[in-house]
Parts: sequence; structure tokens; C-alpha cells
Amino acid sequence: MILAQTLMELRLTLRRGESLLLTLVIPLGLLAFFGTVDVVDVTLDQLVPGIVALAVMSTSMTGLAIATGFERSYGVLKRLGATPLSRTSLMVAKTLSVLAVQALQVALILGLGLLLGWRTSSGARGAILLVLLVALGTAAFAGIGLLMAGTLRAEATLAAANGLYLVLLLVSGMVVPLASLPSGLRTVARLLPSGALVEGLEAALTNDGPLVRSATVLLVWAAVALAAAARSFRWEP
Amino acid sequence: MTVEVEGLAVRYGSVAAVDGVSFTAAPGAVLALLGPNGAGKTTTVETCEGYRRPSSGAVRVLGLDPVRDHAALTRRMGVMLQSGGVYPGAYPLEMLRLVASFYPSPLSPADLLERLGVPERPAYRRLSGGEKQRLSLALALVGRPAVVFLDEPTAGLDPQARHVTWDVVRGLRTDGVTVVLTTHYMDEAEALADSVVVVDGGRVVASGTVEELTRGADAVTFRAPAGLDLAGLPGAVEEAPGRYRVEGPVTPERVAAVTAWCAARGVLAEDLRTGRRSLEEVFLGLTGRELR
Repeated sequence: MILAQTLMELRLTLRRGESLLLTLVIPLGLLAFFGTVDVVDVTLDQLVPGIVALAVMSTSMTGLAIATGFERSYGVLKRLGATPLSRTSLMVAKTLSVLAVQALQVALILGLGLLLGWRTSSGARGAILLVLLVALGTAAFAGIGLLMAGTLRAEATLAAANGLYLVLLLVSGMVVPLASLPSGLRTVARLLPSGALVEGLEAALTNDGPLVRSATVLLVWAAVALAAAARSFRWEP
Repeated sequence: MTVEVEGLAVRYGSVAAVDGVSFTAAPGAVLALLGPNGAGKTTTVETCEGYRRPSSGAVRVLGLDPVRDHAALTRRMGVMLQSGGVYPGAYPLEMLRLVASFYPSPLSPADLLERLGVPERPAYRRLSGGEKQRLSLALALVGRPAVVFLDEPTAGLDPQARHVTWDVVRGLRTDGVTVVLTTHYMDEAEALADSVVVVDGGRVVASGTVEELTRGADAVTFRAPAGLDLAGLPGAVEEAPGRYRVEGPVTPERVAAVTAWCAARGVLAEDLRTGRRSLEEVFLGLTGRELR
């Protein structure tokens, strides 16, 4: 049941051109552009973790919010509620589908990074930390995405999810390094899930940085956002 | 009883969408909830499906509480919503296979689509309105349910598709499946329902079999040239120019008296009918003729 639902979610995601643009074309395009053209003062050690964080945000926040918001407005969530597929199973399927897309994204981003000359010496420790941080980031962003999808109209969710994506992309060190932001903005950015994920991933891949702090920030965001989403989520159009 | 609704009220804030509705559907019976738009049909059905909680009263389906025992109920219940419910980008066969996979012994999705005349492709958003309706019906049936709720199953269908849907409902009845459907088409209720519950303004205004509902108010009606002098024909009125109605018990003698009266005046009684009102007349008599 859960497997069938997961595969359906994946097929629908990969069938939508706009979701491929969001999840693959934009992150890979940004990495290729800023990794080869010297317009912003950013190293590959900063850019690769930033783009991985962007990819996680695009799938687990923006993509999930828009898809779920429209599924709610089209009555799909309501209809599935009358079948033996439980709400828990549906959410597990959505999680698995998001994680599968992110695995593909991370593999392609790291692969492209290596092609561009990026190297890491973090080894197995780095890989494990990367998986843990991506999982925490997914929980935080999915909480925010589902909070929008479960409370706003689908069109408002579309606008809010894209707007937030753009703002967080600019202020969280995903492309423009945190170090080059004004110090006030930098402090705020570190407390955002996006900034914390960038910092954490950079620390994991370079063996240097505030790992515990960023993981804690992500954990708090995940707990608060998921709880708020669970409390306020409306299943009907 | 497969479906038991007892004194059901559902209020949204201070507005009562349903206000004291009771009915039962026997195993294998087809029950039609008949009423104008806004009568409370959908709210009643959605309470049976477990989407709404009764504000007061009780609902049981297959002996289960639709909210508390929802998981158990979903395995034996088929639901057709009034609209939507399918991913716009999903292909019909793909969607039906997905939902079929949730049930222990589903019908064959491909066979079901063929029977209902729904193509396996293209994506749902490209289907015609009638195809969408019939896919929605297929989704309700694919899990071999014991009870099926159909909310306006033929709204907007062309006559052919409507008859396909009617045949499906009759087939369900033959298979012993209990069907509760909502409609505002009289002929649909007359053609399908073992029992009809007429609702208006959130209340039941009449219920019974089609025969029970259309019994009474007996009369002989016929058409003839307008303006006949009705002296000598007791109980006769000209309802509309050229349409005559003779109230009273319908007996062979009365029919003979009416035709004899016509013959004596050299008038041919056309469209001569005895007895029964149509369900439409009953319905309009109960719910009024004004538009709402």
C-alpha cells in the first residue's frame, strides 16, 4: 500500500516539468554557473553544501507544499481518506518519495561538484553527517511546506512557497556565502533552517564548523513546524 | 440494516445543514436521497462516510461508527465524491490501479474501465466531464465494497453514460451491494431506488418506496380542446388550457363516466391517464416550485 502510493507520488513528481525545473535544473544550473564563472566570491567548498541545501529545500518545502496544496484543493486528499490508505501511510509515502528525489539530487550535485574540481576529505564521517543533516533539514522544511499546504488556498501556497524559496536562497548562504552577508543578517540566517543546513553541511564536508549548533537549530524548526502543521492541517478542499 | 441514520443533525456554527434526518437502508437495497440543491444530501452522505461528525443523532454503517471505526469501514465502503478526487496528472488506469492496490481482492482495473467506457489514458485533466464522473464511479467500486455511497453519480452525464451508470447500480443491487445515492433527478430515483428519502431544508419531508410516495391524490387526467363546459362531470377542473383533471377515486365506472361524458360532447380525450402522480409532481408538491 505504502509502496504503491510512494511510486505514484514519484511518478507524478517526475512527470511535472515545473517540479523537475525546481528540483534539478535550478540547483544544477546554479552550481554549474557559479562553479565556473567567477562573479561571486565563493569557493566550491562553500557552493556544494549550499546547493545541496537548496536542493533539499526545493523538494521538501517548495515542491511538497505546492503538490500537497493542489492535491488538497482537487479533493485528492479527501478522496484517499475514504480508502484503506491511512493518513499516516500517506505521509510516510510522501516522505519516502521526497527522500528518493533528494537522494537523486544529492548524487547529481556531488557528481557535478567533482567534475568541477570539488574534493572532500570528510570520508565516511562526512557521508553519515550529510545523511543526518539532510534528514533533519527535510523534516524542518517539510513541516513548513505542509503548514502552508494545509492552511492556505492552493494558489496562495504556490506563491508563498516560491516566494519563501527565493528569499531563503538569497539570505542563507546557498550561493552568496554567509561570511559575505552583513553581520546582522548573518545572525538571522544562522537561525533559519536554510542557513543552519548550509552551515551544518559545510561543517560536515570540510570537518570544520558549528555542527551541533546547526543541528540544534534544524531540530527546533522541525519540531515546531511539524507540530504546527499537524495541528492545523485541513484535509478537505 | 446496512445504513442506519437516526435523528442526524449536522451544524456548521449556527447553521444546521442537516436537522433531524432518519432513514435506514437494508442490505442489498438502493436508497435515493432526493432533494433540491442545498437540501443537506451531501452533508448526510458525508456523515455516513465519516467525513463529518454528527452534531447530534447517530449514524452507523455496516454496524460501525463511521468516525471512530473509520479504518475498518474504509475496507468495505466505496465512495464517489461529487467532484474531483483524482491527481490531475494521473492516467485513469494508473489511478484505478493505485486505489485497487489498497484493497485485499479488488476488481480488475482494466476491465472496470472498459465496462464504464473510460479510456486508460490520457491524464485525468484531459478527460471529458462524463469520463471523469465514470472514473470516479470506478474508484468507488474497484475494492468490491459491501456498501457504496454515490453523490450525484449522473450529474452532467449524457443519456448514454447515464444509462451505463444506471446499469452499474442495478448490477450492484443484483450482487447484494447496498447503495445510497443522492440525486435531484426524479426519473433516476424512479428507475433505481427501492426506497426514496425526500429531503428539503435539512429535514426529511417524505420517505417510502416510489409506489408509496406516488400513491394517493387519485385522479383521471386527459387533454382535450380548451374551454369545455364541465357541468355534468363532478370533480373536474381545467388545470391549464386543454388539460383536465377529475379528482376522486379511480374506478372502472369513473373512467367509463369520463369517456362517456367526452363521447357525448364529441370530444376525443387524449393522453388519458388514471391514478398515480409522477414522483416529480410529488416532489414539487413537497418542496415547492420556487427556484432556489
